[in-house]
Amino acid sequence: MYKDNMLKKIVSAPYYLWAAIFVVVPLAVVIYYAFTNSSGDFTLDYIKTLGNYRYIFLRSIWYGFLATVISLVIAYPLAYIMANSSASVQRITMMLVMLPMWMNFLIRTYSWMTILEDTGIINSLLQRLGLSPVHMINTSGAVILGMVYNYLPYMILPLYTVMSKMDRSLIEAAEDLGAGKFTVLSKVILPLSLPGIASGFTMVFVPSVSTFYISKKLGGGTFAMIGDVIEMQFQTSYNYNLGATLSLVLMVLIILCMAVMNRFTDDDNGGIPA
Amino acid sequence: MNKKTSPLSKIYMVLIFLFLYAPIFVLVLYSFNASSSTNVFTGFSLKWYQALLKDTESVKALYNTLILAVASSLIATVMGTAAAVGIDALKNKYVKSGVMTVTNIPMMNPEIVTGISMMLLFVFVGKLLNITNVLGFWTMLIAHVTFNLPYVILSVMPKLRQLDRHLPEAAMDLGCTPAKSFFKVVMPSIMPGIVSGMIMAFTLSLDDFVISYFTTGPSFQTLPIRIFSMTKKRVKPDMYALSSIIFLAVLILLILVNIAQLRSEKKAMKKETVEEV
Repeated sequence: MYKDNMLKKIVSAPYYLWAAIFVVVPLAVVIYYAFTNSSGDFTLDYIKTLGNYRYIFLRSIWYGFLATVISLVIAYPLAYIMANSSASVQRITMMLVMLPMWMNFLIRTYSWMTILEDTGIINSLLQRLGLSPVHMINTSGAVILGMVYNYLPYMILPLYTVMSKMDRSLIEAAEDLGAGKFTVLSKVILPLSLPGIASGFTMVFVPSVSTFYISKKLGGGTFAMIGDVIEMQFQTSYNYNLGATLSLVLMVLIILCMAVMNRFTDDDNGGIPA
Repeated sequence: MNKKTSPLSKIYMVLIFLFLYAPIFVLVLYSFNASSSTNVFTGFSLKWYQALLKDTESVKALYNTLILAVASSLIATVMGTAAAVGIDALKNKYVKSGVMTVTNIPMMNPEIVTGISMMLLFVFVGKLLNITNVLGFWTMLIAHVTFNLPYVILSVMPKLRQLDRHLPEAAMDLGCTPAKSFFKVVMPSIMPGIVSGMIMAFTLSLDDFVISYFTTGPSFQTLPIRIFSMTKKRVKPDMYALSSIIFLAVLILLILVNIAQLRSEKKAMKKETVEEV
């Protein structure tokens, strides 16, 4: 078998090389740019200016967190209903959840502008009903709505996966032993779906925190997120060093948030409260 | 077991799907608008579908997107499958988890960070080699292969783990070369993983905007990039027309896949019952 193993190592070598050059080295380059100035000398200037961006960082994390929690609250019942439906309903609803993900998210977000604008679809409907229009576009609510809208499928899918694989006999056993609906939910279903919640949380939180398009279009630039600031450094003001510093901080912050998140879900007893 | 959906559940589902499909409905509606507004509907017309055919830049962008998606998903599938085979054979636990951590980085990192890190690498190397316009098709291809690889590897690995280790060994004992045993024994059983990895890679590449945005130059434009530059000002409804066509194509594709799956499941079920008898 020695020859076979040798061969397996050889065929995977291109990938190792690729991952080293295009995954590991770029991160090192980000660190390099964060600690040097435009002429390549070592500097801590960019790290020192980070304080100026603390509100933007806090806002990004807060909006991302809100969007994630709202997505979870919306997606959880839906995933539960889907998992408990007949096979054909499951098949159709799964397709309906995935279908929007295949359409370009820029154009879908742009389409939301048409709906939310002051003279948009919702407001003209309100006007026809004789109600006063509501200002929706360029508010923080619109930005969070955009995040929930775009990333909701990423919350639904993992939740649905864990719930459809859940052992029904456990729920039945709990019911037979006299547990009410709420007890079954909080002591059986919820703990069993924790892995799905954790992966859904990650899949919504990370893109929400780092978005720049949604906040630009639906927030009208008044609710700049950290993604907007980073994007600006690379595409308009060409301050690569500052951009690299901010990206580095964003990455570290997200790793920290994820570590905190894992603390909550990686309970030794599988999350079942004693 | 209660398999009937209650009315309240049905209402909830309908509401969620209304939310998910509202912008798509708006987009399809305005693609048939008689005026160039994406705001006021003035009447039915097909002129934006005709305009789309004449919009050579958008057609070119669509073509570029497809070329990039095909190339990057093929490269990622071949390299990723080979990598999965190698990673699966790793004996050292620490080396293995180290490799998996690196593999996960492009998936876990925010897209903007992945895009920027690669852009900085390309710019850095470009500066060293004195090339002024490094960013373009090739840098974008590298970036797409990079973010596709983990998805291929992670969908092939579980299939390898399920594989009976004795099968390839038996094939080799019976005189197969390692390569022949791989292609005749291992490959057919991990094929579903390879195919789903490739499909995932293809769609991710097709739809990617953020990473593409940072790793492309003015010489090479994909559809998401073109849409982005259009949404800076005002979107012409022919983009809505294009999106509607894509929507319809994906819808048909998904329905066909579903029917095919249903058929094969039914066949499998029949086979099982026959075997049981």
